[in-house]
Amino acid sequence: MEVVVLLKQVPDTETVIKIGPDGKSIATSDIKWVINPYDEYAVEAALRLKDSQGANVTLLSLGPQRAVESIRSALAMGADKGILVDDPATEGSDALGKARVLAAALKQLPFDLIVCGHRAVDDDENQVGIMVAELLDIPHLALAVALEVADGRVRVERPIEGAKLKLEAPLPALVTLGGAHAVWNPRYASLPGIMKAKKKPLEIKKLADLELPPEQVGAAAARVRVASLELPVPRQAGVLVPGDTAGKARELVRLLHEEAKVI
Amino acid sequence: MAQGVCVITEFRGGAFRRVSFEVASEGRRLADALGEPLTAIALGDGVAAAAAVLGHYGVEKVYAVDQALLKDYLAETYAPAAAEILKTLQPRVVLSAASVDGKDLSARLAARLGAGLAQDCTALKIEGGALRAQRPVYAGKAYAWYEWADGATPQMASCRPNVMACLPPDPSRSAVVETPAVTLPAAAKCRVLSVEAAAGKVDLAEAQTIVSGGRGMKGPENFAILEELAQLLGGAVGASRATVDAGWRPHSDQVGQTGKVVTPTLYIACGISGAIQHLAGMGSSKFIVAVNKDPEAPIFSKADYGVVEDLFQFVPALIEELKKLKAAC
Repeated sequence: MEVVVLLKQVPDTETVIKIGPDGKSIATSDIKWVINPYDEYAVEAALRLKDSQGANVTLLSLGPQRAVESIRSALAMGADKGILVDDPATEGSDALGKARVLAAALKQLPFDLIVCGHRAVDDDENQVGIMVAELLDIPHLALAVALEVADGRVRVERPIEGAKLKLEAPLPALVTLGGAHAVWNPRYASLPGIMKAKKKPLEIKKLADLELPPEQVGAAAARVRVASLELPVPRQAGVLVPGDTAGKARELVRLLHEEAKVI
Repeated sequence: MAQGVCVITEFRGGAFRRVSFEVASEGRRLADALGEPLTAIALGDGVAAAAAVLGHYGVEKVYAVDQALLKDYLAETYAPAAAEILKTLQPRVVLSAASVDGKDLSARLAARLGAGLAQDCTALKIEGGALRAQRPVYAGKAYAWYEWADGATPQMASCRPNVMACLPPDPSRSAVVETPAVTLPAAAKCRVLSVEAAAGKVDLAEAQTIVSGGRGMKGPENFAILEELAQLLGGAVGASRATVDAGWRPHSDQVGQTGKVVTPTLYIACGISGAIQHLAGMGSSKFIVAVNKDPEAPIFSKADYGVVEDLFQFVPALIEELKKLKAAC
């Protein structure tokens, strides 16, 4: 079975966000770059299929040169090979543009299952994975918190408001992952894993390699774009409720009822 | 020439979900700003008979596709149906809820239509006859205004639940309901195998009140007092990442950058220190109450009402006072 994991490199969630000089993007000095946590869960899900069914796991990423580091980390976790599409013509792409690049690269690969995070924790766009499935004309199941493959079908558990669904799709299919760290527990790379990763194949591709016309991607092709980026109005500390324990309880209820009017 | 605002609604368990009314209301506001009509798409099983209610929120015409095949949401059936209607309708703006299925369908549709989509928007406006959408990025550590390229229609946006005000329903307004024929497969390749309802729990992403517990709760059994407090307030119980990692609370309760981003009117954080990732998840709550015995806890710098107390003493006292208030009202 061939599994492809879509991987994005994002700023670590500890990052304090500062607006860059163009007013539309963040300042990127002092950022620690990591694998998007939800994509890390996808690597783990793929590796479990490797462990249980001998699946081949290929990583595919769209990003600048530094994304190689994230691919190497996932290779160290146990994936078999990595592909990075690094081409300045893709810069400024909207989600659809990015999906076009990934879909074009996927068309050149064998795949039964594509897995990725449901969103990246930088732009939180929540679109690229599903768009890739549409462009490849394959079914998708999004926001899975459990995944298994048997008999040519992928089965997932998907929470919706007030309920949990179990769904299945025939392969080939794309699954996006939700959940949390405690759900997937992505494995740490072992030292032997890190050493082996250095020798695993890692290809860098350009747009021309994907047979994708440049006018389909990049800023000029983008249907939607960021016009401006700002920090939220910082939330100020309010009041410390005074009194002894019982007094604080009384006063808080009074404040919530009479001042905030929320109860 | 693309014209009008079209709202994609959500019909589940025989009724439209509240988020559909929020989105219809926002659609009404945008349609008024544009001076263009407001329509809606309603997909489901038994949806046509219920669709006129959308008129109470200002929808003028509903395109309903009512089939047993559409009883459960699947992108495979919903996306082609909606896309066919939208290709004929050619609206300028398409709105949906940023609910679980709403985000799913919008993304699939945007790719199908070659459209630009802004997900999980917290504000929308019309400027120069075009949509502008504000949405949180980096889990709300920054906010971005989005714009669409000239002529890039439909301009698609999904609206974060519990943010946009619902119009007071006007029962004197009724929507015209049409049932266009759309091409659907006889059966879907994907299947819903089972649906397990979570016993009467309010979903965190749509809750108006959330009581949340952190490491200071010291153990899973102690969440019972938070559950009692939440129940009194008609709210949901949330959890910090530490408690989920420790196995005390289910991952679906996790609030934070890699959990749920929530927008309640009232967020009560108990025994939560206020890590940057947790703040990213609840920082846009309307009112924040923090209960923590450590006066240096970072959460106090963001709380409207801070209570420096041992939560095991304070929360029961708070419950008593709330019961008194309820009895008096």
